[in-house]
Amino acid sequence: MPADGAAVHDRLIEIVAEVAATGRAPIDLSAQPAVVLMVGVNGTGKTTTIGKVAWHLSQEFGLSVVLGAADTYRAAAAEQLAEWAQRAGADLVRAESGADPGSVAFDAVAAARARDADVAIIDTAGRLHTQGNLMDELAKVRRVIAKQMPGAPHETLLTIDATTGQNGLRQAKVFAEAADVDGVVLTKLDGTAKGGIVLAIASELGIPVKLIGTGESLEDLRPFDPTDFARALLGE
Amino acid sequence: MFDQLSDRLQATLSDVRSRGKLSESDVDAAMREIRLALLEADVNFKVVKSFTATLKERCLGSEVLESLDPGQQVVKIVNEELTTLMGGASRDLALASSGPTVILMAGLQGSGKTTACAKLARHLGESGKQVALAACDVYRPAAVDQLVTVGERAGATVYEQGTERDPVDIAAWALDRAREENRDVLIVDTAGRLHVDEELMDELSRIRKKVKPHDVLLVVDAMTGQDAVGVAEAFSEAAEFDGVVMSKLDGDARGGAALSVKAVTGKPILFASTGEKLEDFDRFHPDRMASRILGMGDVLSLIEKAEKQVDEKQALDLQEKLRSDRFTLEDFLQQMKQVRKMGPLSGLLGMMPGMGAMKQLKNADVDEGELDRVEAIILSMTPEERANPGLINGSRRKRIASGSGTKVQHVNQLVKQFDQVRKLMRQVASGKMPDPQQLAQMASGEGRAPRPKMRRR
Repeated sequence: MPADGAAVHDRLIEIVAEVAATGRAPIDLSAQPAVVLMVGVNGTGKTTTIGKVAWHLSQEFGLSVVLGAADTYRAAAAEQLAEWAQRAGADLVRAESGADPGSVAFDAVAAARARDADVAIIDTAGRLHTQGNLMDELAKVRRVIAKQMPGAPHETLLTIDATTGQNGLRQAKVFAEAADVDGVVLTKLDGTAKGGIVLAIASELGIPVKLIGTGESLEDLRPFDPTDFARALLGE
Repeated sequence: MFDQLSDRLQATLSDVRSRGKLSESDVDAAMREIRLALLEADVNFKVVKSFTATLKERCLGSEVLESLDPGQQVVKIVNEELTTLMGGASRDLALASSGPTVILMAGLQGSGKTTACAKLARHLGESGKQVALAACDVYRPAAVDQLVTVGERAGATVYEQGTERDPVDIAAWALDRAREENRDVLIVDTAGRLHVDEELMDELSRIRKKVKPHDVLLVVDAMTGQDAVGVAEAFSEAAEFDGVVMSKLDGDARGGAALSVKAVTGKPILFASTGEKLEDFDRFHPDRMASRILGMGDVLSLIEKAEKQVDEKQALDLQEKLRSDRFTLEDFLQQMKQVRKMGPLSGLLGMMPGMGAMKQLKNADVDEGELDRVEAIILSMTPEERANPGLINGSRRKRIASGSGTKVQHVNQLVKQFDQVRKLMRQVASGKMPDPQQLAQMASGEGRAPRPKMRRR
């Protein structure tokens, strides 16, 4: 039986979508407050993603959100997050530049609990996965959060830049070891980049993509759809 | 840097080198390996194709196959071609003969423009230039604050007008001020933009037309995959950039972007950013990078680093001290400080020829803590003790150990090793070959002294 070209293509999309859907689960916000930790390499879009997530949670779902500016390293990172907090109508917990990120994370979770907030999102400084001491610091931030609230963080999200090449797999692996990553946010998917590396991340590490960022504005954050992703990757 | 690519290429080439004669099929097999290595490193597939075609043609030339040492010839050709691929001779910025030199920075979001602006400002400031920065990223929240902070840290003046004005106007205003204040260089930071965003790409080209930059630099994340080419092509249309700043080269990027960008756009990489600190930024030298990739080290960069840190007079003094056997623990401490100023030791190791091939040193992470300890111990000694370690008896050792927060054994080790080094120096200075047995003993660490500990990751 000669295979029909279109049928092969459809089947291919199905297979890719299946791989991309590995281990998928919705973002778990059942805890009160649900603590979300955002991690990733420099410039992959952590702070912007947090801004968008906070906006969606507070403006569309009516949840109260506390943001923790635990990126105490990069110049003006806290100011950037403050701007997003204001746009989203979220509370912000911050400390002076150079403060211990663990203590900021601790305070943010404590504040979220005290104010009976629904969600606390912790921003961290971008770090290259090759820098062992910075990865250790991230593991410490996690431990400190768990000390303030057992079981937290409930969701650790890793931002991956869609333009990243094969290196993305390595990033995911090392971050998963240090920070127990639950899901990936694939950012900057609005360019020509297709983010094919998340396939390798899903199939080799079993870490699913949970959200995609497709633009600059607040609404440009969407849940990940494996089938749409497969279509875009393989072409219609 | 580019470890994976480096390993694979070195393995292939050492196989080729081990053969006395090369047949055409040997060359074919090697080319196949090289092609795979490059593709795995995210090098653009078109670039890989033409690169290996050129390589093959040159390697199959009769002067190679019939030479006495064909393997060595192949290595030489690969080195040359890699250098050409990355841009040949290193190039510098085009500086204006009078008035401020204007440098426009462009790139995708998160590629590292703002940081690169500050690093470049510091780099130029080091050579005595008066540098100003223009904050034209009015979109990303707090981008202006970030530039103000890092710009000040870099010793540059930052011209900013908040986020309400049009970036094109801010750029023009900043250029006027730079002229008035007689700055040598004005670096214009722009907002990150996606190459498919027509509106913003148009804005970039309007800024370019307004300030007429001498150099337009595209900042590219070294970890970018196959998409690097699409990005570079789009930016070369809107911004007509002259050169590239490769950022985040300190990660374990595979090198694809660095190896493809010149071939695709014809524009060379001018600078490389290699760390979190402002000083982790330097000119990019294709030839040195090629020999690092092939495991031949980068002795030139190492020498340059040393020259920056080491004072010639001090070095001569030291030489004299060694010769006349007046080398003290104080000198030892100064030496150690100078070496450490050159950056983390693991970085320096990477520049040594042949280090890549040494398996124990692979991924070795020199424990800087050990060096801190040695420093602490010496700093806890009195000046007399440093000058004459023979003074250090049991009770002094105890005092030094508690003063430096170490144990008596550590002090013992240091004193013992210092003694051995001094003996060795005396032998060398007197023209005698050092006793090989003694050398081996020191190296194997018998009567072990605190030497930098290698730790595998």
